[in-house]
Amino acid sequence: MRRVIRVQAEPFDLAIETAQLTAGDTACGAVASFIGLVRNVNQVGSVQSDVAAMTLEHYPGMTEKALGRIVEAAAGRWPLRAVTLIHRVGSLSAGEPIVLVLTASAHRRAAFESCEYIMDILKTEAPFWKKERLGSGEERWVDARESDGEAAARWLKSDT
Amino acid sequence: MIRVLYFARLRDLVGVASEEIAQPPETIAGLIEQLSARGDDWASAFSGTVLVAVNQEMVDRGAGIADGDEIGFFPPVTGG
Repeated sequence: MRRVIRVQAEPFDLAIETAQLTAGDTACGAVASFIGLVRNVNQVGSVQSDVAAMTLEHYPGMTEKALGRIVEAAAGRWPLRAVTLIHRVGSLSAGEPIVLVLTASAHRRAAFESCEYIMDILKTEAPFWKKERLGSGEERWVDARESDGEAAARWLKSDT
Repeated sequence: MIRVLYFARLRDLVGVASEEIAQPPETIAGLIEQLSARGDDWASAFSGTVLVAVNQEMVDRGAGIADGDEIGFFPPVTGG
């Protein structure tokens, strides 16, 4: 399986990454993509806050290993021909892309499902942390969401 | 000698990004106990949910510590 895993400050180009994903591999019949963006609001309980920007911190070295392990696990569950996983770090404004997942397979179901799986597991296992800057100028660390743990657990449950 | 790293909110709470510890305890649980005894900031930082990695692999608190290990402490992750 072809795999590209990168942690970078720079933006990514969906068209270039998609073209490289399947270049020369005409057995791919399906590509699924997911792009995560910096949302301009964050709701914690009943309190909604305007988010102007975010800073993404990570654990260099461990991050790449964790992402590699997630991609390998996906390849063990679905017949994938190629995966690209790019996560940005550093300072990002509202509306900017944070994460890109591309999965390629012979058929669509494997591409769709593995793309969702990679994002769900990444949310709970890859060592990234978001600090958001609110419209007021206040900065605060983002808390992990219970719903992310539930989304990841759904895949682990279906292992058995 | 081990190297200990602190990330994100946890680093802000304890005010240290990394340090070396010459005579570490035998387990992660022992290390957390030792760090928590440094003062209120440390006790409070380690009273919440803290994840731990040894040599960049997640482990539980019963895991052992060997000379030369890199130990990372951090809050639940929020990427994506």
